[in-house]
Amino acid sequence: MTQTEESVWIDAPPVQDLDLEMPEWYQAFQKASWDRFRELPVATRKDEDWRYADLKKSRFEKLYPVQSATVPGTVDTKPLDNTIAHFVFVNGELVDFDVSNLPDGLICAPINNAISEGGDRLKPYFDVDAKRLGDEKFAALNGAATNYGIFVYAPKNLEVDGSIFVQHYVSGESAPVFPRTLIIADNNAKVSVIERFESLDDSTPGLSVGVCDLHADHGGIVQHVLVQDLNKSSKQVHLGTSRSGKDSSIKSVILNLGSAWTRNESINRMTEDGANTKLYGANLANELQEFDQRTLQIHDAQHTTSDLLIKNALYDKSRVIFGGLIQVLPGAHHTDSYQSCRNLIGSEEAEINAMPGLEIDADQVRCSHGATSGQISDEEIFYLRSRGIPTDEARRIVSCGFLAEAFSKIENPQLVEWLSGMIADKFDSI
Amino acid sequence: MSDTLEIKDLKATVDGHEILKGLSLTVPKGEVHAIMGPNGSGKSTLAKVMAGHEDYEVTGGSVLMDGEELFDMDVDERSRAGFFLAFQYPLEIPGVSNANFLRAARQARLPEGEEIDAVAFYKEMYARMDELGMDRKFTGRSVNEGFSGGEKKRNEILQMVMLDPKYAVLDETDSGLDIDALKVVAHGVNAMRSPERGFLVITHYQRLLDYIVPDVVHVLFDGRIVKTGGKDLALKLEAEGYDWVKDEVLANA
Repeated sequence: MTQTEESVWIDAPPVQDLDLEMPEWYQAFQKASWDRFRELPVATRKDEDWRYADLKKSRFEKLYPVQSATVPGTVDTKPLDNTIAHFVFVNGELVDFDVSNLPDGLICAPINNAISEGGDRLKPYFDVDAKRLGDEKFAALNGAATNYGIFVYAPKNLEVDGSIFVQHYVSGESAPVFPRTLIIADNNAKVSVIERFESLDDSTPGLSVGVCDLHADHGGIVQHVLVQDLNKSSKQVHLGTSRSGKDSSIKSVILNLGSAWTRNESINRMTEDGANTKLYGANLANELQEFDQRTLQIHDAQHTTSDLLIKNALYDKSRVIFGGLIQVLPGAHHTDSYQSCRNLIGSEEAEINAMPGLEIDADQVRCSHGATSGQISDEEIFYLRSRGIPTDEARRIVSCGFLAEAFSKIENPQLVEWLSGMIADKFDSI
Repeated sequence: MSDTLEIKDLKATVDGHEILKGLSLTVPKGEVHAIMGPNGSGKSTLAKVMAGHEDYEVTGGSVLMDGEELFDMDVDERSRAGFFLAFQYPLEIPGVSNANFLRAARQARLPEGEEIDAVAFYKEMYARMDELGMDRKFTGRSVNEGFSGGEKKRNEILQMVMLDPKYAVLDETDSGLDIDALKVVAHGVNAMRSPERGFLVITHYQRLLDYIVPDVVHVLFDGRIVKTGGKDLALKLEAEGYDWVKDEVLANA
């Protein structure tokens, strides 16, 4: 490691003073995270988990402590119809919330409150050494610096319809936020959370380094939706994990529209028989944007099923990287696993690198994986035009449809429409 | 001539091969004309050429819709001007709902800046779907994706009904349909027959014409119309095949 890199990294993070009102285990976690952050090297070209990535984009020249939040007049506080709770954070500060429709028994609170009031109960969910896919250093940074986020716990047998909606705004020159999301569905409970990241202006560079952990116990159902629509000067690292227990189901949905550079990790573990995970992602990249997604589907029990579908549309000089691995561990018989990455290349200068992968150590397993790239089909455009739709509009409709198909298995038409609408809005600017 | 779809001495090639070799016929508004012909006679080429598919090159002749040259219009302009082709093999458009597809097609017919009345549109679409026996779930599903052969053809007819063309060309709409689906599709077409609309029904088999009874039957052979008659001509072709037509053509050559 060169001296320059080290000094940048060590000067960079705005380490929080330890909050002495937090439980001791948590203070220890923050300190251990900080130590780990300092020890870990920055990623290099030789690192397989950073293959094809533009490493320059993962370095941060300067980061300032967050400014105190101001309530912006421009906050779009119109969530979906079936929103049961609504939180608005600006630079990590809770500026608005509405929990008046929260169902009885559902716990949903800012995560620092949950930690400080929860004694040791949340300790098992904060692991300094948790497995990552090359982003250990970012994870440690989040662990050291995290100061806000959302905690959701759905107790046994509580099936919640509707979603919790969390808005994250980043504002100010090189302002970093370090959100942490923890969602737990206990036995046979069901819960859904939608998080959306935006900037408060169109050009000031911000940074979000977030960690999001999803847990579903026996028969639990978790849905998590992440919409990243930061301005095109900002960067995001989002590290997701999921753990699905017996006969449970976890669905993660990711839509990347904004930012100059985004790195997503998604590690999905099926730890008990009958567990299921789904990951559906759509990335719409243009100009010089780079979206870098690394995923892992770990089958560690029998009769587990997983489904991954990532769809990318690339324009101008944008780049998208997909590295995905299905791991069927010894003894995980009768696994049924899919992984598909499909790409629409809208420009000769755009670049996609897709690396699908499989590792199977069990019997009677059904796995399929693959990646395809192509252009819009002329026949499809002809079909739309033959119905009177002008060429440009036909191309827009087919391209939007291509991306929106990533969401076709979400059984919530209003959510799909909301996501598709944001895709269409961005297409209008391409 | 206005109030007709007039195909005059149409010649077209695909990959350098001449498929249409001077095809002429005229469909007046209010009439249903059928084109029958053996495989390879040029039936589907005619349909694709009129719609403007770029794989086909027009090398001569013209198609006048109410006196206006189709070939002077872009593909989408033809549709907005009142031309409709029901595809033999309708395309699947992943991720684009049937409702949004139809809505975009209707929106394209409105003046710049005018927004479609969504409530009225859905109401009309549901009513038309009911008439065609289409389940409401088809509105939210991606265009033709995972549809059976019969569902796709029904969807073509739904599009035709919603777009209200002046002239509709049905390209082998009967292929791949069982008898029940055929009846539904034929019923949809018959309900649209009007003095304000002309139909050109392209088919290989006479069966469809039991349900969509044509006013005129043309026989297409080797890129030209070689015989024109009433609906009895279709019955004769069904009973005797195309060989006698070929023999007549060869005898006259």
